[in-house]
Amino acid sequence: MTQPVSKLQAALAAGKFVVTGEIGPPKGTNIEPCLHEAEKYLKDTVLAVNVTDLQTAVMRVGSLAISRLLLERGIEPIFQMVCRDRNRLALQSDLLSAYVLGVRNVLALTGDHVALGDHRQAKCVFDLDSVGLLAAMTNLESGHDMGVDAKGNPNVLDGAPSFFKGCCVTPCAEDLDMQVIKLEKKVAAGAQFVQTQAVYDPAAFEKFANKIAHLRVPVLVGIVMLKSAGMAKYMNSSVPGVTVPDPLIQRLTDASKDDREKVSVDICGELIRSMKGLCQGAHLMTLGWDHCVPAIIHAAGLA
Amino acid sequence: MIVGERKPMDEILAMLEPHRRVLVLACGGCVTVCLTGGEKQADELAALLRLAARKKRRPLTVDVDCITRQCDREFTANLKCNPADYDAVLSIACGVGVGFMSELYPATPFLPGLNTTFYGASTAKGIWQEYCYGCGDCLLAWTGGVCPIARCSKSLVNGACGGTNDGKCEVSREMDCAWHLIYKRLEAAGRLEELRKVRPPRDWRLDRGGGARRLTHEELTDEEVRK
Repeated sequence: MTQPVSKLQAALAAGKFVVTGEIGPPKGTNIEPCLHEAEKYLKDTVLAVNVTDLQTAVMRVGSLAISRLLLERGIEPIFQMVCRDRNRLALQSDLLSAYVLGVRNVLALTGDHVALGDHRQAKCVFDLDSVGLLAAMTNLESGHDMGVDAKGNPNVLDGAPSFFKGCCVTPCAEDLDMQVIKLEKKVAAGAQFVQTQAVYDPAAFEKFANKIAHLRVPVLVGIVMLKSAGMAKYMNSSVPGVTVPDPLIQRLTDASKDDREKVSVDICGELIRSMKGLCQGAHLMTLGWDHCVPAIIHAAGLA
Repeated sequence: MIVGERKPMDEILAMLEPHRRVLVLACGGCVTVCLTGGEKQADELAALLRLAARKKRRPLTVDVDCITRQCDREFTANLKCNPADYDAVLSIACGVGVGFMSELYPATPFLPGLNTTFYGASTAKGIWQEYCYGCGDCLLAWTGGVCPIARCSKSLVNGACGGTNDGKCEVSREMDCAWHLIYKRLEAAGRLEELRKVRPPRDWRLDRGGGARRLTHEELTDEEVRK
């Protein structure tokens, strides 16, 4: 294998169980609180931090800018890129920009539809899909872009980037085989790691892990903090491919208000413990409760 | 067929505000079938317009006419009313009809009474569903006859996104996930191999990306038109 381009790639190649975190850029220019949280709670606890890209189609500061600011603070970013807002020119250009700014980990996503966000009259782009975006990255790495010159030959880049390319999957989706087929295509297009949608059912995850074992791609299981029973019920009714089992909801219901955060942390820790043997890492999505990350890692027995 | 929906009445009234003599022109083609732009709908719309004008004590004459198709020159011979005799024609054909008639009668404003919405078919009594987007590069051979360009809200070509939800789309629970439909069709036909192939990004020049499209049958064209 060639030299790892990021700490994340190196750790996974070395067979370490990796934990990643996630932050969402703010809506507006007041970025200090988000960067401060990342420095305080994520810097020394997780290996790399995902920066969401206009998550749920809500307009915010861009993922690339925050990725660079994390780098400046000694935090390795995972630059999330969705296909909703940019055509292939802008996607490829932003990939080159990311590379020259020192960003190496890129997570390619389709992106939520604008109908889910706060600019519902906007036009979706989806010039490329997530498979196409991964292929575009692989192509840039080979020293070409997607365009052709007058003779029909691929354009040659003056300096090629090198990325650690990631993708997403929903392991507990009802149509699991359909998910697996798409994941196979993402890996064929160049995906080198996978971060999953939230998982609350280790048995279902095991089934998924067995189905994708042939792909030999490192998988970081998605752990989304359940902040309350209400949120768990909301996820069951509204988040595709995510099912929170009733016993977990009951534990959150039974917890006193003061206890709830601890129960939530404990659930994350237990989920990681139970799935640790089935994957190569965990991706923590604390939805603003970044201060819980150290406690989750402790509860998972990873520190 | 082309499906259209009648524009909101307020918008139609605002368009007609400056005009005193108006012809509501129906089309006997697609929009008659989807019950929005046919002769019956023209009569109903004319009655509503007369009523609205009377309410506002505004003088307005509304006549109604219908031709077989507004997108074909030969049928204009069947017009009973002459568009030139009116301040404006409210056409309830699709956008093709409105545009084509505007070219044939440049002195008369042809105003759209419908919003042209999609290419579709009736799936049940009173329901029309979008089937085609006119993308210029048909994929139906390997998608089990379900078009992901027209029916996936993101027009994806390599399979469902993370928003597929029990067979429905993240955009609306009323909307089927096209990729779920495609998967089920291909699975039933034993053709899932089709889904395993990585599909390249689309060439949008064939879609609207290359500007307005045209079909030319060289052998049928007059030489001067070809130029």
